[in-house]
Amino acid sequence: MSTTTTTTATGATPRAGSAGPDPRPRSADGRRPRHGSGRSEGGVLVYLAALVVVALTLGPVLYAVFGGFRTNAQLASDPAGMPDPWVLDNYRRVLTESSFWTYALNSVAVAFITTAVTVIAGLMAAYPLARYQFRWREPLFMVFVVGLLFPATVAIIPLFILVTRDLSLGNTWWGVALPQAAFALPMTIVILRPFLMAIPREMEEAAIVDGASRLQFFWRVLLPLSAPGAVTVGVLAFVASWNAYLLPLLLLQGDMKTLPLGVADFSSQYSSDTAGVFAFTTLAMVPALIFFLAMQRRIVSGLQGAVKG
Amino acid sequence: MTVTSAPPRGATDPPAGRGSRPAGGRRRDWRMAAEIAGFTAPALLLFGVFVVWPILRAVQFSLFRWNGFGPLVDFVGLQNYVAVLSDDVFTGAVGHNLIIVVASILIQLPLGLAIALLLNRRMRGQGVLRTIIFVPYVLSEVIAGVVWFQLLQPGRGVIEAMLGTVGLEGPFQGFLGTPSLALPTLVVVLTWKYVGLAVLLFLAGLQGVPEELAEAAQIDGASWWQTQWRVTIPLLGPTIRMWAFLSMIGSLQLFDMVWILTGGGPANATTTMATFLVNEGTKRQNYGIAAAASVVLFVIALVMAVLYQRFVLRRDTADADVPRGVR
Repeated sequence: MSTTTTTTATGATPRAGSAGPDPRPRSADGRRPRHGSGRSEGGVLVYLAALVVVALTLGPVLYAVFGGFRTNAQLASDPAGMPDPWVLDNYRRVLTESSFWTYALNSVAVAFITTAVTVIAGLMAAYPLARYQFRWREPLFMVFVVGLLFPATVAIIPLFILVTRDLSLGNTWWGVALPQAAFALPMTIVILRPFLMAIPREMEEAAIVDGASRLQFFWRVLLPLSAPGAVTVGVLAFVASWNAYLLPLLLLQGDMKTLPLGVADFSSQYSSDTAGVFAFTTLAMVPALIFFLAMQRRIVSGLQGAVKG
Repeated sequence: MTVTSAPPRGATDPPAGRGSRPAGGRRRDWRMAAEIAGFTAPALLLFGVFVVWPILRAVQFSLFRWNGFGPLVDFVGLQNYVAVLSDDVFTGAVGHNLIIVVASILIQLPLGLAIALLLNRRMRGQGVLRTIIFVPYVLSEVIAGVVWFQLLQPGRGVIEAMLGTVGLEGPFQGFLGTPSLALPTLVVVLTWKYVGLAVLLFLAGLQGVPEELAEAAQIDGASWWQTQWRVTIPLLGPTIRMWAFLSMIGSLQLFDMVWILTGGGPANATTTMATFLVNEGTKRQNYGIAAAASVVLFVIALVMAVLYQRFVLRRDTADADVPRGVR
């Protein structure tokens, strides 16, 4: 991957101030210079354009949310209207009569296992790759970098056979979570390594002078300091697992299905019950959406870190 | 590696190097090797079992005729590759993937740049705007697909109703049901879903463009457009090239959205390499064919990635010292 000279002032600045994973552990938040003074205050046209962007972006999502509060008759007679009267029945039906909660539980469990395995294995591997000096260090790192190019799609059929037949993990949380974690590892390690590299050597020396072993240093010093990086890769792994479709589609059936499978099933089973589909979809997306939006900065900086790596 | 600031001296040569001191060096080396092995073992095990092994197996499967049951005995050499590459559905799928790669970049790049430049100024509610733009990106493709499927339903979807109010009529079989319209419709939905990522990455890149440059250009008499075109956008080059790379890799693997919206239809008008291989593998039990298709997908993705790395991204390392457009 690319190596950038960050020496000349002008050439370096486009990257320097960006929201990438800040490798200086202590200053990981909010010390970027605010942009602004040189740029003109937005005129009416700018606000108008922004409004159009917002309408096009949110339109479909809001339509689904409001559609869930309407009846199919309302949707048919006036597709573009607002709920009149507001109906809670669709949401009530989804929450009480469908397998919504089962699917939600599975999604949460798979995402948590994926995240935990990814972060733990990723941090452990990134540590020697960042702070030990040994002959195979760079080749070993390159193995994971090349792994960035392996899409899960390519291996999906053998993966299905491996998990269901050889490991007997078909239709289990772990059967989905372990491959997902494995495919999340390259990005995790590529993001975490510069993070761990940037922790000052003096800290390590101080710890060793105080009598700590390298294991203790990893546990007591490195782990707490790398928390911002770990959160970033954790959120990325969680989002990827939460939204995953192909692998769960092949591996999970019946009561083990995750929300994306549930949404797709509900949509094809009751495709004429548009209001019901909207209610199910809304319930499946809104809680996650709020969480992901709260984590927006982490997600973007993580993606930046990954592409820059 | 690019780190956002130069790492402190010494960070790159960790103290482990001191293990080579003569006293007790041998035992230290041994202990260090054990630590390295212990720390990397879980990641290597996972990676080996769930990434490397299945990919090797895919190569193996691709050389056999196999329906998924019984031992691999029916060795057919490269016959599966011949079958896949001479299959109109598959070559069509490769074409669709390439169209999606090119269309995504050609549409999302100007659109994303325009929105990013629009948002990159002091205005009320900018934070909220950014968050809103991020919404489609964090939705799963399944959820986005299911919602759009309903919006596009022929006869009763809201999009046809809206076309109706301006006197237009939707296609008889719906946008997704008409072979000539299905792929463009898919591209529109993908644009809706992914342009937000471009905007956010570009915005982050724009924050790093030093204001003095734009100010200097303006003092020299450049208009706002000239400033953006000649100064800001060229400085955004590295960000744009990285984004295009991400976009390309994603487009080549596209599965979820297609599976939900059209299932590859109508009449294979939207089949991608990924839907082709899943269809062959899980529905028709042609594991050899599916594996050959997946190897072809992998090779295409790898070749494009390497070429991109070689001819496009390399400039970022070579050019880093002299930002073009400022000379």
